Amino acid sequence: MEVWKNIKIKRSFRQIRMEKIFRSSLVLIAISILVLVLAFMLTLIIQSMPSIKALGFGFLYGKTWDPVVNIYGTYPFLLGTLLTSFLALLISIPFSFSIAIFLGEYHPRGWFSEFLKNAIELIAAVPSVIYGFWGLFVLVPLVRSLEIKLGVTPYGIGIFTSSLILAIMIIPYAASLGREMIRMVPASLKEAAYSLGATRYEVIRMVVIPYAKSGLFAGVLLSLGRALGETMAVTMVIGNTSIIPKSIFDPGNTMASVIANEFTEAASTLYLSSLIELGLILFLVTVVINIIGKKVIKRFTTE
Amino acid sequence: MKIFSGIKKIIFSALVLTLTGSIMQGCNNGSGDGNAEVKGDDNTLLGAGSTFVYPLFSKQFSEYNKLNGLKINYQSIGSGGGILQLTNKTVDFGDSDAPLNEEQAKNMGATALHIPMASGAVVISYNVPEVKDTLKLSPDVLADIFLGKITKWNDAKIAAINNGVQLPATSIVVAHRSDGSGTTNIFTDYLSKVSEEWKSKVGKGSSVNWPVGLGGKGNEGVAGLVKQTPGAIGYIELAYAMQNKMSFAKLQNKAGHFITPNLASTSAASNIELPADSKVSLTNTDAVDGYPISGFTWALIYTEQNYNKRSEARAKNLAKLLWWNIHEGQQYCSDLHYAPLSPAAIEVAEAILKTATYNGKIILE
Repeated sequence: MEVWKNIKIKRSFRQIRMEKIFRSSLVLIAISILVLVLAFMLTLIIQSMPSIKALGFGFLYGKTWDPVVNIYGTYPFLLGTLLTSFLALLISIPFSFSIAIFLGEYHPRGWFSEFLKNAIELIAAVPSVIYGFWGLFVLVPLVRSLEIKLGVTPYGIGIFTSSLILAIMIIPYAASLGREMIRMVPASLKEAAYSLGATRYEVIRMVVIPYAKSGLFAGVLLSLGRALGETMAVTMVIGNTSIIPKSIFDPGNTMASVIANEFTEAASTLYLSSLIELGLILFLVTVVINIIGKKVIKRFTTE
Repeated sequence: MKIFSGIKKIIFSALVLTLTGSIMQGCNNGSGDGNAEVKGDDNTLLGAGSTFVYPLFSKQFSEYNKLNGLKINYQSIGSGGGILQLTNKTVDFGDSDAPLNEEQAKNMGATALHIPMASGAVVISYNVPEVKDTLKLSPDVLADIFLGKITKWNDAKIAAINNGVQLPATSIVVAHRSDGSGTTNIFTDYLSKVSEEWKSKVGKGSSVNWPVGLGGKGNEGVAGLVKQTPGAIGYIELAYAMQNKMSFAKLQNKAGHFITPNLASTSAASNIELPADSKVSLTNTDAVDGYPISGFTWALIYTEQNYNKRSEARAKNLAKLLWWNIHEGQQYCSDLHYAPLSPAAIEVAEAILKTATYNGKIILE
C-alpha cells in the first residue's frame, strides 16, 4: 500500500470531469427509481381518497361489491387473490425444486440440461394471454371432467383452474434462481460429506438444500409476487364473480382482474376511486409479503 | 464536495417536481377542468368512446374521407373513457352506449348533445345440445334465470312457453360480462324494467353485482363460456352473435309477440315516438314488432362548439360529418350487423344536430 501512495498518477481534467459526470448520473438514475415508486404510492393514495373517506375500513372486510348502489367491499377479491396465489405456490414448489436440484446438482452440463433449462425459461417468456387461451380451451374441459367425477358443480373454470395455470406460469422463477443457488454450493462441502460416506440423496438433503435455502426461498417469493399480480390468464379462467367462493372449485375473482375488467367503464367518482384503492391494497399486499420474505431470508442466512 | 451538494440540489428539486406533479395530476383527474386543447389541423377530427360502434365508425369515416378528405381519428376506449375525454376537451366528439348520467353531465360543465348513430341489440344465446328448435323466452323467465330462481332447463316455467320442445334436466349455468360494458347496461336496464325483483335486488349499470353465474371478458369471453359449458345461457351483442353464427332465443316483447332478434326487429324497436333529446332507453319497447333488448349508441358533442379556441371550420366539419353519418352513412350499417336508425330516430337526430351552435349561431342551416 505504501508503494502506491508515492506514485502520482496524472489525470487530465477531462478524465476527472468524466468521472464526476458518470458518478452523478448513476446517483440520479438510482434516485429517480425511488422517486417513481414513491410517486406511484402517492398517486394511488391520493386517487383513492374519495373511497377511503366514504367507505373507511369497511372496504377491507365488506363482502358486497355492487357498483349500482355504490357499495364496495374487497373481501371476496382479497380472498380470491390470496387463495389462487398460495394454492399455485403449493402446486408449483415440488416441480420448481425438483427442476432446480436436477439441473443444479445432477446434470449441471450437457445438451440435455441446456435444452431443459431453455425450455423452462421459455415458460416465463410466453405471454400470459396465451396461457389464458390454453387454459380456457384445454385445461377447463379437463378440470370439468374431473369435477364431474368428484361430484361438484362442473363449471370447469374457477379458483382451482386459475391456480393450475398460475402454478405453471411461476415455475421458472423459483426453478432458475434455485438452480443458480444450488450450483454455487462449494464443492469442498459436498466432497467432505461424500468422504464421510454420505449418499447423494443425503448430500442433497443435508448439505445442498440447507446451504441454498435462502436462494430457494427467494425464488419462491419471486414466484409469489408474480402470482399475486397476474391478471390476464387468471381473468380468463377464474369465472369473475364477486360471490365468496365456498370451495376451491367455485368461481371467484382476484383484485387484479377486477381492476382490469371494470376500470374502463367506471363511471362514478367513488367507483373509480374504489378500483384505485383496490390497486393500492394489492400494492400493499405485495410490499408486505416481500418484507416478510426478506426477513425470513435474513434469518435463514444469519443462522 | 461542492459537486455533491449540487447533485443533492438537483435530486431534491427533481423529487419535489415529481411529487407535486403527481399530486396535481391526482387532483386534476376526475374534476375535469380541462385546459388541454384539441390539437391538429381543422381537417383532422378526434373522437373517442364506445368500442361497440367502432367497426361502423371506421367504415363510415373511411368512406367519408374518400368523399371529403376529412380525417377522423377515433379511439375505441370504451364509453366511459370517451365521456372523460370529451369532459377534458381532448377530443371533438365522444360516443357512448348510454346517455350521460347526472354526475357525468355535471362534470362536463356545459350542455352536451346526444345524437343517435345506430342501434344495437343484445341477444340471449344458449347451449342446450338436446334442443334443436329455437327456444322461446319470456321476460319473467329470463329474469328468474338470471336471478338464480330457475336452475334447470326442464323447469315448468320454461316448458310452459316452449310447447312440444323436449327440455333436458341439465343445470342452467348463467354467463355474464365481467368487464364494465354498455351491453350489460342495456341488458340490466331491460331486466329492471320487466322485473321488480331484479330492480330492487340488482338494478342496472355497466357492472352490477350478479346474483349467480360466471363472468367472461368481452363478448368473446361470454360467447366462449356459452359454447364450452353445456347448459349455459348468456347475453351477447347481436353483431357478435351473427358474425359467429351463434344460436339465440326468441324473446317475448311488451306487445306479447315472440321476436327473433335481427336488424329489422332492432330498427323497429326505435320506430316509436322519441323524446326531443333522444335520451331514451329503447328496452322493453312499445313497438309491436320491435325486439325488446336494444339501444342507441350516441355521438356526444358540446352544444356550443366555440371552446378552447376551436375554429368555426372545425365545428362545421364536425357537424357535417355527423349529419352525413345519420343519412348517407347509414347504408354501411347492415353489412356490419348494426341496425340502421329508424325514420323516427333520424328525424329526432336531425333536429338535435340543428341545435349545435358556434358563438350562439346555428351551425347547420
